[in-house]
Amino acid sequence: MHKFLIRSFVSSLVLLFTLTVAAVAKDVKAAFVYIGPTGDHGWTYQHDVGRKAVEAAGFKTTYVEGVPESADAERVLRQLANSGHDIIFTTSFGYMNPTNKVAKEFPNVKFEHATGYKREHPNVATYAARFYEGRTILGTIAGTMTKSNVIGYVASFPIPEVIRGINSFTLAAQKVNPNIKTKIVWAFTWYDPGKEAEAAKALIDQGADVIAQHTDSTAIVQMAEKAGVYAFGQASDMDKFAPKAVLTSVENNWGPYYVDRVKAVANGTWNQKDTWHGIGDGMVVISGLDSQMPSDLQAKVKKLQADLASGKVHSFTGPIYDQKGNLMVAEGKTADDGMLAGMMTYVKGVEGDIPK
Amino acid sequence: MIIDINFVGLIIVSIMASAVPLILASCGELITERSGVLNLGVEGMMIIGAISGFALMTVTGSLIIAVFGAMLAGVLISTIFAFLTQTLITNHVATGLALTIFGIGISAMIGKNFVGIPGKEFPVLFEGLKDTIPLLSPILFGHSIVFYFAFALPFITSYFLKKTKIGLIVRAVGDSPESASNQGINVRFVRYACILYGGAMCGLAGAYLSMIYTPQWIENMTGGRGWIALALVVFSTWNPIKILIGAMIFGGLTIIQFHMQAIGVRIPVQFLTALPYIVTIIVLVVISRDSRKIRLSTPSSLGKSFHKDN
Repeated sequence: MHKFLIRSFVSSLVLLFTLTVAAVAKDVKAAFVYIGPTGDHGWTYQHDVGRKAVEAAGFKTTYVEGVPESADAERVLRQLANSGHDIIFTTSFGYMNPTNKVAKEFPNVKFEHATGYKREHPNVATYAARFYEGRTILGTIAGTMTKSNVIGYVASFPIPEVIRGINSFTLAAQKVNPNIKTKIVWAFTWYDPGKEAEAAKALIDQGADVIAQHTDSTAIVQMAEKAGVYAFGQASDMDKFAPKAVLTSVENNWGPYYVDRVKAVANGTWNQKDTWHGIGDGMVVISGLDSQMPSDLQAKVKKLQADLASGKVHSFTGPIYDQKGNLMVAEGKTADDGMLAGMMTYVKGVEGDIPK
Repeated sequence: MIIDINFVGLIIVSIMASAVPLILASCGELITERSGVLNLGVEGMMIIGAISGFALMTVTGSLIIAVFGAMLAGVLISTIFAFLTQTLITNHVATGLALTIFGIGISAMIGKNFVGIPGKEFPVLFEGLKDTIPLLSPILFGHSIVFYFAFALPFITSYFLKKTKIGLIVRAVGDSPESASNQGINVRFVRYACILYGGAMCGLAGAYLSMIYTPQWIENMTGGRGWIALALVVFSTWNPIKILIGAMIFGGLTIIQFHMQAIGVRIPVQFLTALPYIVTIIVLVVISRDSRKIRLSTPSSLGKSFHKDN
């Protein structure tokens, strides 16, 4: 009787252990925290497309949308960590401190913070995309396609990500057309279609015939379509919103990275790192090129895309001067990631001041 | 900078187009408030109108059904507000706030399937006359029917309140529901009608945003314009013509500050962004400083519940 009891106890323990291991290996649960609604058709929408790729790869996912970058974020993170999620993606810059704080309390849960730089605990990784590489391509196209030599740029907020984009765009445009002027208008919003359209209209009325944007909605490309000028899609392929105006779009493609990282948790190979992927790794994708672009420009863009991907060309290759004429990057050198991450000065050729 | 006459025309047209949703929603809310009801659900009713219009346009393909459907949706959601505040005598402020929260939530839910779909082109009137007279014709011609309606509405509203018998009844109900009731006026019926009318106008304002101004659906696309419309009603001291002036100043400064940025005027951008709010309030306060007139046009019983038995 004793033996039977012991044997059944041991076997049930073994069974339990096997079940647990199997459960861990199979049932990795991933959670996503979004700043905006998934219905913004911009930043959050693209992250959610990435989440769906994780679902398609056979993992369970949860998401919480519209989470403010405040104490609320901590509460949401704690709740997600407590409810059996193994990896949590926090997809906005302002989640940086909450992510690190909660990560300390849950050492067994992996945290992935987008666009930040703090990795205070071994279970926090960071990731971002080199969108500025996409903007090098847009600048090349804009500089070639403009007839008025005035290019409009609707910007959101004065942070390094946006300044870097403006600089990368302008440098590329100047390279193909030294006479261009980039006019910048700050909308102080990431998405408000009405305001974005008004900003674009103001630029068009002042003679801009190519409009670039660093805000999320499709209102700007629609306004460009109405006014008969060119524009570029942001975050997703916006061609169907303005088939004549949109020359190409820069798409945010998070899916492959998300699937990779969730799989790594499942295999036990997850490690802390800082990822900054660009065109080469497929995190930044250039949509199809519009047929209105002359074929030599299309060929040039394709080559530039390949060179950016291989690393042969860098968006910030010297000599680069700031607005006052001070040397930022010496001839033959390229800007390092530290400089890029903290970029808060305009390069020569950009008009106006950065709002403080 | 190029100051030619066509450039000025372009700016004026942009300003007018951006003022349309504010005028529509404000004039609707003005009638509601004139009957003594304070409905803070303007933002909620607008966003419901925006998604309803866009969804109906996408599903049925008919712009007429979409525009009227958006107005009907505004009526339906304001019926909830009317039932709560007029029949169940709930607090106007709390119910109105709840209506806004409800509207934003339910529009996001309905809207899930409509994200990322381009809108349709809305037909414009008198397109052919656009190039006949410099400056004037681009302002007068080539706009949607809703645009023309919006600029007629303040005058219609003003005439309605001042010169018609029904307008007088609405004002009487808003000033002294007790007296109106003693005169045999059905106060509850009048207030229901005014709330529903306000809902229809807010629905139309929302539809203008999602179907004409920026033809697309994204969550929260009204972007706080409902709150600005509410503020316009108060700062214009319940005067529809001053609403028109306020909406034009607000829209105007929003657009002119973008132009100033593009020209490179060296004024802090944050200040420029705040300018529309500050100047609109100052101007409206200054033009409405006659306290006798304010007393005459302010609905005395605004926000107070009326129950026939009390």
